[in-house]
Amino acid sequence: MLEQIYYDKADEIIASHGAEQASLIPIIQDIQTEYRYLPSELLSYVAEQLGINEAKAYSVATFYENFSFEPKGKYIIKICDGTACHVRKSIPILERLYSELGLSKEKATTEDMMFTLETVSCLGACGLAPVLTVNDKVYPAMTPDAATELIHELRGA
Amino acid sequence: MSYMTINNRKVTFTNEKNVLSIIRKSGIDLPTFCYHSELSTYGACRMCVVEDERGRVFASCSETPRDGMTIYTNTPKLQHHRKMILELLLASHCRDCTTCAKNGVCTLQKLSRQLGVREVRFENNKKQLPLDLTSECIIRDPNKCILCGDCVRTCDEIQGLGILDFAFRGSKMQVTPAFNKDLAETDCVGCGQCRAVCPTGAITLKPNVSDVWKILSDKNTRVVVQIAPAVRVAIGDKFGIKKGENALGRLVAALRRIGFAEVYDTNFGADLTVMEESKEFLERLEADESLPLFTSCCPAWVTFCEKKYPEFRRNISSCRSPQEMFGALIKEEARMNAEKDTRKTMVVSIMPCTAKKAEIKRPEHFTDGEQDVDYVLTTTEITRMIQEAGIDLAQVQPEAMDMPFGIASGAGAIFGVTGGVSEAVLRRLVDSNRAEDLEAISFTGVRGVDSIKEATIQLGDREVKIAVVNGLQSAAEVLDKMKAGEAYYDFVEVMACKRGCIAGGGQPVPIGPRTKKARLDGIYKIDNMAQIKLSNQNPIVTTVYEGILKGKEHKLLHNSTEDVSHV
Repeated sequence: MLEQIYYDKADEIIASHGAEQASLIPIIQDIQTEYRYLPSELLSYVAEQLGINEAKAYSVATFYENFSFEPKGKYIIKICDGTACHVRKSIPILERLYSELGLSKEKATTEDMMFTLETVSCLGACGLAPVLTVNDKVYPAMTPDAATELIHELRGA
Repeated sequence: MSYMTINNRKVTFTNEKNVLSIIRKSGIDLPTFCYHSELSTYGACRMCVVEDERGRVFASCSETPRDGMTIYTNTPKLQHHRKMILELLLASHCRDCTTCAKNGVCTLQKLSRQLGVREVRFENNKKQLPLDLTSECIIRDPNKCILCGDCVRTCDEIQGLGILDFAFRGSKMQVTPAFNKDLAETDCVGCGQCRAVCPTGAITLKPNVSDVWKILSDKNTRVVVQIAPAVRVAIGDKFGIKKGENALGRLVAALRRIGFAEVYDTNFGADLTVMEESKEFLERLEADESLPLFTSCCPAWVTFCEKKYPEFRRNISSCRSPQEMFGALIKEEARMNAEKDTRKTMVVSIMPCTAKKAEIKRPEHFTDGEQDVDYVLTTTEITRMIQEAGIDLAQVQPEAMDMPFGIASGAGAIFGVTGGVSEAVLRRLVDSNRAEDLEAISFTGVRGVDSIKEATIQLGDREVKIAVVNGLQSAAEVLDKMKAGEAYYDFVEVMACKRGCIAGGGQPVPIGPRTKKARLDGIYKIDNMAQIKLSNQNPIVTTVYEGILKGKEHKLLHNSTEDVSHV
């Protein structure tokens, strides 16, 4: 059970979109923006408020890669592994970041809740390959070394 | 009248909702996994694909019929597609057919044989997932799921619960409750309708077959068995007996051969229910409180009401269900005779229902600390036991039930179909044996297959309004209307399964529209043939009220108010 303040926030977000079934996705997007993840309790709560079955809401939330039931770090790093980035060596960058942050395919977020590392299929910036984003800020033409440096920078910040 | 050409033969059609139903009407049994006429069209399995004269391939279930269409149902291209789909389904399926609970009634197995799939060229690289064994009623094995969505749509559209849905996407997709919760943690009511539509072994019954074999083999145990109304018209299904035929006599004989000590009729329990429920209804009418009275025979409905509409909890009749009344009676009799008969008495119910398995474990269904009914076997499980014992039901000479609880009225028999409980109660209230009166009751509107039926009957100077509901989605509709003050009823009968218990979650599958019709007709035929039509005219009912039940009616036949406060 979450604290009441979470539900109040959810109520506010629901009110801003209207309590209609069609508003499910924008509402849970806003909740995820607010908390950097989608607390499962709030998904159930929103479903109930909108008159949607919990299982249906879960179905929607798991369909989209973007929604996460796990709390995410302060910095969300998304490494593009689309075709263009992949052939321009995005995997070595990913591997460097895994070792730099002590993460793996199964463990996406650091213990200190500073970093979350994800791969995405294409960021639509193939001209800048290999590319990664940190909280939606784009870093073009990356290398493993540049990635290490970026982490140091962010840690210092 | 329009026509289309199917495989070079002209076929006429009128208002069929899709091409598939016209093809099937024309005598071609096009295979499907995900199509059910009572559910929305999903179009996922692609088994019903057909080809038109331009070579376009489309799913016939999702195509609106057009005048002058030309289609082919069995071209080499289609054969190739269907076989490929099956091969791919089989590739990621756990193929332990010989030990699967669905062996012999599995649609995947049947179609693989029918369409001649002899080889699976692809490797199964699907991750094995754990089984969900937490429900008292059903077992979910996600590894056998083919994602047809039949259970998802049944639970949502028919039962209005939506416990199961798809989760994740692509190759990771699975059918699961929200957050992959165990069924026991959800609002699942155990109706088993998902199991009844599941084409594979992904959702099966929670079996008690070995438990019952065990008690049957114990010489110090007297195992008493009762048979629910809807079982007798379905038990013949797997023995080549005509659909809907009353095979009660054969079943009784088979049960004796299996080793049950005494074989009785739950219809008798239903007669007791009619007595008690009518009495309770009259009392509530007189006091004009706690109306409407909701029937309590259907455990899936009772659970549904408690979980989803707790504000109506007090409206549910305090009467135990027929199986529970009967169980309590047998156990009480055994307690009274404990000195004469030192054997332990255990009660087994044969039910069309999966939810009954959960009902017997509810705390209010214990009398003096003893469980009233020890095991519930569904029709499907008793079919298996009869087969295991090597008995061919079709060859057995019918036998009569044991006395005294083997006599039941026609009113008890019709408990197995929607409207039956209401009709039985009305017969008791009108209390007339005249053919015209019985016919008048049957024409009040309680009969029929509509989801929500309304009936009105004059009782003295009061006009009594009745609603008869089948399907929990429709029950929710009625309750919402009542809450909003848009509808008023004095008596509401709800059966969770469409058409009532004859299509219960534990009945032999498949349960298509024709099977349902045959079973429904079978039940009314039993009533038509019954010499006693009214529960209060059942002589054994009078005997037990003057005997075992005397002074204990409430203890044995009702749930006390404290019992219901636990919800």
